[in-house]
Amino acid sequence: MFKLEAKNLDLFYGNKQALKNISMGIKPNTVTAFIGPSGCGKSTLLRCFNRMNDLIENVRIEGEVLIDGRDIYHSRINLDDHRKKIGMVFQKPNPFPKSIFENVAYGLRINGVKHKKFIAETVERSLRQAALWDEVKDNLNKSALALSGGQQQRLCIARALAVEPSVVLMDEPASALDPISTNKIEELVHALKSKYTIVIVTHNMQQAARISDKTAFFYIGELIEYDDTSKIFTNPGHEKTQNYVTGRFG
Amino acid sequence: MNSSRINRIIDQLFKVFAIVCTFIGISVLGVLLFDVFSRGLERLSWDFLTNLPSRFPEKSGIYTALYGMVWLLVLTILISFPIGIGAGIYLEEYGKKNRLARFIEVNIANLAGVPSVIYGILGLQVFNRMMQLGNSLLTGALTLALLILPVIIVSTREAIKAVPKSLREGSLALGATKWQTIRRVVLPSSMGGIITGLILSISRAIGETAPLIVIGALVYVPFVPKGPMDEFTVLPIQIFNWTTRPQQGFVINAAAAIIVLLIFTFFLNGIAVYLRNRWYRKLKG
Repeated sequence: MFKLEAKNLDLFYGNKQALKNISMGIKPNTVTAFIGPSGCGKSTLLRCFNRMNDLIENVRIEGEVLIDGRDIYHSRINLDDHRKKIGMVFQKPNPFPKSIFENVAYGLRINGVKHKKFIAETVERSLRQAALWDEVKDNLNKSALALSGGQQQRLCIARALAVEPSVVLMDEPASALDPISTNKIEELVHALKSKYTIVIVTHNMQQAARISDKTAFFYIGELIEYDDTSKIFTNPGHEKTQNYVTGRFG
Repeated sequence: MNSSRINRIIDQLFKVFAIVCTFIGISVLGVLLFDVFSRGLERLSWDFLTNLPSRFPEKSGIYTALYGMVWLLVLTILISFPIGIGAGIYLEEYGKKNRLARFIEVNIANLAGVPSVIYGILGLQVFNRMMQLGNSLLTGALTLALLILPVIIVSTREAIKAVPKSLREGSLALGATKWQTIRRVVLPSSMGGIITGLILSISRAIGETAPLIVIGALVYVPFVPKGPMDEFTVLPIQIFNWTTRPQQGFVINAAAAIIVLLIFTFFLNGIAVYLRNRWYRKLKG
């Protein structure tokens, strides 16, 4: 049984086709890396899983996207409830202009959770999971914007975890961060694997090799190769993949 | 003379020109303030603020005008703020970006440029006559609300537009509905800009005379208004009224009233600056 699945997925921005007949399945509690040159469609596919592409005008989608076996584009699901099950971390840290505490509590508050103790516990647990608790525990009421970029990104991860999703989508989460912060995020991804299904888009080949179980290589809207990470990086079955992971293009 | 020397001279000349330009603006304000203060300052007193209008300039005060102005402002705020902010939110967050939206956008910008006296004529016809509200506070407030609505809508939109898309996406990705996203993320982030627009629009409303004269507010009002359906007068009209009188005493009264009006406006602008700064500081932590 796959956690996430795409079946014959086509996506168009106006007349331009951004995804071509993508079919792939992602198992629960794995880390899957999407790699490929810019504009290859990897972020677009990632954003299909929580329907963030709906926000863009003139997007047309054909085929199926299944979460736990349910088609999220065609069955009658409540989009807001669906997104609560799928956490997302963006390329640039995007903390809300609120306190650190309120950022993490946001997902609970919009769900109408009022229980103060429960909120406080969830905030602490999420911050611990995101390996940020020790750095911020004395400043929970400080503005999140006062944190460093790496801390902000971990705060955004904590914010996503607070609503207890089963999937975490990460769109180049470390591309705007320094090496130390990047390392922390990678350790975090590793630690979170036991509880969550993680899909991570990255431009950094070493990162993909270090943290993922499976790797998918995309090129101009097509899924070229999807296999175990070790195989993709040592013995890829496709020449384009070989050229890309060895840095000959892209 | 070589070219670099010429360039230096031009550079200096432009600097002098810029200084002169700045000086002209400031000196006009200086002359105005000096003129008004030198005539009106001696007339300013508690009595002047609390006296009713009178035939005798020494006994005349601006009590009714002040009272009417506060009434008018409160009503105008109550009418225009919710509508203006609501329209701004709709246009920016909900409205589709199609040809109709652009048409509306251009026309709202146009409305902001319509001379205020035209609004007065509209108010006279629609509110005063068709809706039979007479030359009441309500007519005045509705007319002023129409006048400042475009300013509020445009500034609300600009403030909302400045909120990064990534914040909206962050909220929606957590499962927030559109309204939750607007209320909890977009509006708090843009409130500094919205408040600034609101107070600037109110500053504009305070100074307006023409539309109020047209709707029929230029009347002798011996009593303060008790409710929104009462007749009223406001400071600019009182000033206008006094400057048309031949007696020197009323000119002095006008100058004193101008001082009060200026203080009122500066005070409001001060609040705007204070609120905006406080808001930004709160956001930055």
